[in-house]
Amino acid sequence: MSAFKDARHLFRFAGLFVLAFLVFLVVRHYYVPKSFGQYGHYRGAAVGEIANLPVKFAGHQACEDCHTDVVAKKNTGKHAHVNCEACHGALASHADDPSTVKPVLPDTAVLCARCHTASAAKPKGFPQVEPAEHSQGLPCETCHNPHSPGMDAPATAAGGAK
Amino acid sequence: MNISRRKMLILLPAAAVAWESVLAGTPEASPNYKMSDHWWGMLIDISKCIGCGNCVRACQTENDVPEGYFRTWVERYHVDDYHLENPVVISPDGGKEGFPVVKEDAGKYFFVPKMCNHCADSPCTQVCPVGATFISPDGVVLIDQKYCLGCAYCVQACPYGCRYVHPTKEVADKCTLCYHRITKGLTTACCEACPTGARQLADLKNPNDPIHEFLKTHNVQVLKPQMATGAKAFYNDLDGSVR
Repeated sequence: MSAFKDARHLFRFAGLFVLAFLVFLVVRHYYVPKSFGQYGHYRGAAVGEIANLPVKFAGHQACEDCHTDVVAKKNTGKHAHVNCEACHGALASHADDPSTVKPVLPDTAVLCARCHTASAAKPKGFPQVEPAEHSQGLPCETCHNPHSPGMDAPATAAGGAK
Repeated sequence: MNISRRKMLILLPAAAVAWESVLAGTPEASPNYKMSDHWWGMLIDISKCIGCGNCVRACQTENDVPEGYFRTWVERYHVDDYHLENPVVISPDGGKEGFPVVKEDAGKYFFVPKMCNHCADSPCTQVCPVGATFISPDGVVLIDQKYCLGCAYCVQACPYGCRYVHPTKEVADKCTLCYHRITKGLTTACCEACPTGARQLADLKNPNDPIHEFLKTHNVQVLKPQMATGAKAFYNDLDGSVR
């Protein structure tokens, strides 16, 4: 035992280490979120939190559930594959509460020109016009129904429930 | 208020249990959605993109992206005789309001929508020192903004320049592939708003997804394949000059 004769201070020191380690374990238990490591080296609950964020674009299915007449009209023309909110904007608020939140009709002068203004940079097959020459200042919807823009389908109202 | 020792002994564990449920966070939004059934990616068809900027505006609306920052943006490339190796690339305000009209057709022009590639071996998640950014079990690179320190190491690590530090939150921010939408059975905001179908959400684990047929029948590439990031944004008709 002579080797440990003067070693009591070492045991005290080791005791301090053990104590500090226990304190670390307790603190770690409370500070590391429960779901950390659930799927990997991250907080698993974050996945659910991000999935719970609110939606602003309702999705074309929500529009089509009510506006069946517009869908029928749209399916007859070249805009059949264009989703409603591509032109009308994000309308989840309207889909959630159709009676109070009324969408604003988009301005065709801006809307149509955005896609159909002629530019050599656009794909060749895409229908393009010089708006000033093409319509001499008339609004697009004078001749074209935006929901089915072909000229053989004469433009009546913008089509569908307002 | 008088709390006896006995009441205190009951209350303390109750409080601990309550606190743990707070730490555990909220459950998943859609009980029908199983993460293990999906592996998300995106198909971008250059030959269909008209540079209208609908996707950029839709993304900013859907995700409250601050002005001047972009989770997705559109670049216009101009490759001509003088710029074969180094094409002229513009992206005015991310292409949000479209592009200036080109009158004459000298050389070739095309639009390249850019976004997070949701890499399967993403450099950005590898460098995060705290585990704030991660690849979800369904293959989407996400950020836990409550955990992020804002060190911006990931912003430097992304070879595609798809991350930024949010100016007011002061944490890293990026495309979530509209995770809050795709887990509810919707498509992403950019795909929803794209008028030509140039963008399509793809589920690589779904055998019925049209992506599989498309990959087999078209010339599809990813950006910077030499970086071996496992990028899952697939570009159809991609020109060799695109960086």
